Amino acid sequence: MNALTSLDVVDTDKVSERPLLDVSGVTLQYKTRRHLVTATYRVDFQVFQAERYVLLGPSGCGKSSLLKAVGGFLQPVAGAIRLNGRAVKGPGPDRMMVFQEFDQLPPWKTVKQNVMFPLLASGKASRREAEEKALDCIAKVNLSKFADVHPHMLSGGMKQRVAIARAMAMEPDILLMDEPFAALDALTRRKMQEELLQLWDEVRFTVLFVTHSIEEALVVGSRILVLSPHPGQVKAELNCDGYDHFAVGSPEFQATANRIHTMLFADQVENDRVEEVRA
Amino acid sequence: MTDLAISSRIQREPPRRPEYERKVVTTGPIGDAARPLSPWERLSNVTALRRLLVLALVAALWEGAATWQNNPLMFPTFSATIAALWDGIWRENLLSMVWVSLSVLLKGYAIAVVLAVVLTSFAVSTRIGNDVLSTLTSMFNPLPAIALLPIAMLWFGLGAVSLTFVLVHAVLWPLALNTHAGFTSVSETLRMAGRNYGLTGIRYVVTMLIPAALPAILTGLKVGWAFAWRTLIAAELVFGVSSGKGGLGWFIFQNRNELSIDKVFAGLVTVILIGLLVENVVFRWIETHTVRKWGMVR
Repeated sequence: MNALTSLDVVDTDKVSERPLLDVSGVTLQYKTRRHLVTATYRVDFQVFQAERYVLLGPSGCGKSSLLKAVGGFLQPVAGAIRLNGRAVKGPGPDRMMVFQEFDQLPPWKTVKQNVMFPLLASGKASRREAEEKALDCIAKVNLSKFADVHPHMLSGGMKQRVAIARAMAMEPDILLMDEPFAALDALTRRKMQEELLQLWDEVRFTVLFVTHSIEEALVVGSRILVLSPHPGQVKAELNCDGYDHFAVGSPEFQATANRIHTMLFADQVENDRVEEVRA
Repeated sequence: MTDLAISSRIQREPPRRPEYERKVVTTGPIGDAARPLSPWERLSNVTALRRLLVLALVAALWEGAATWQNNPLMFPTFSATIAALWDGIWRENLLSMVWVSLSVLLKGYAIAVVLAVVLTSFAVSTRIGNDVLSTLTSMFNPLPAIALLPIAMLWFGLGAVSLTFVLVHAVLWPLALNTHAGFTSVSETLRMAGRNYGLTGIRYVVTMLIPAALPAILTGLKVGWAFAWRTLIAAELVFGVSSGKGGLGWFIFQNRNELSIDKVFAGLVTVILIGLLVENVVFRWIETHTVRKWGMVR
């Protein structure tokens, strides 16, 4: 307990600058045909430069809704989201999204055109600059051979790499990734996680990463926000820097994973019981 | 013996077998990952060739049936029809009549496309626009264009304006319906990606929605084309008589009155040929260079 508090002190000392992303007291609601659903309730968190910040929780904890709110697609009912001190009002190219679905790439554009598209659409670069940047980013995700291919010729993993290249080419303030590897097979997923970490080592971007896999959160993230479901509330915030794929089997890793698991499932059991009683 | 059988049934455990690792060896021709197709296989892959075969078969059946019937006044043979077509092209100016029909058709078609774009853009950007389009299409789409012809003739007189009016009606509603269906079926992810780029308003419609909905739009254009062609020929049959220049429908009508049935068939064949040409050359070309190339349609 003591160790933990002292760690916190060191942390706040080091990070004297203001946060890049400041989410404070955010309550999100959305309407379905019959109900008004509260997705998250008074969620606070802050993301700093070059952090790999993970939103982790079971389905229904509103983690995707939170990401969409940061992306500007969902307006909070209460609370505020600030990026670089400015309130987020709507979607914009300073926050690039990477989605889980493979159909996020316009199929009528080649890989290169896909990466160039946001650069040109937002007026961030001239055609020649955009092309240069696109080829550079495509090379970074190892797809140079496929620059002139249309997305339907690519595998799922390759499509996700294009989406990452497209987001990185924009050099956004923050990268928003909504379970980007969830639809991939296990082998490809692991490879993509490794590649993402390598890329981060090179470029040191800031990323907000949503996942429901504890293992993925520990491997990919540097800090994890654990959310409870129905509606999503902050359960804990943990540091998890220094875990890579080789650390997965280590006792330390297992201990942290178990700790998160208990955090998430202690509630689950109670809720299940309540549901049973109600039923 | 029985003891062994019973025990193996009760505690069935997988047998322990030795492990091994192997080197991958070169395979014979049957194991090759890819091999070139034989000329016959490649020929049978050419769609145009297969379709031409179907056309030839239909022509042969026609020729056979007409010869067997032996009644040139009611049912001329395929060869007689082709001869009449040849005659019509060189002696009776059939091609210029086709052009009269086509130019009216293209004009009506173009106006309808522009109107459909405006209407559907309005429909995707506002909720009331959506209601307007949905109500109008469900009202007018089932109404046959030819049924509007008497009204059109009353309002605009006999001539190209009336024709254009019914043509616009014939094309606009199916096209708007298909385009709108295409817009609404664009995936949420793609929409969000587009808005993420900072695209809004007309730029969003042009750069994201229209290409994403292109398969549906092309279907609408094809359906619209077929409707327009039908409407035009029917309208010309009705009042091509009194308008100054006759089109293809007029050619058919006139020859029926003169009982040159082979020329009536020639006129019908022309209608079919133009339909085939537009469907298999124009629309197919557009498709292979867009939606097929992009893998949106097989």
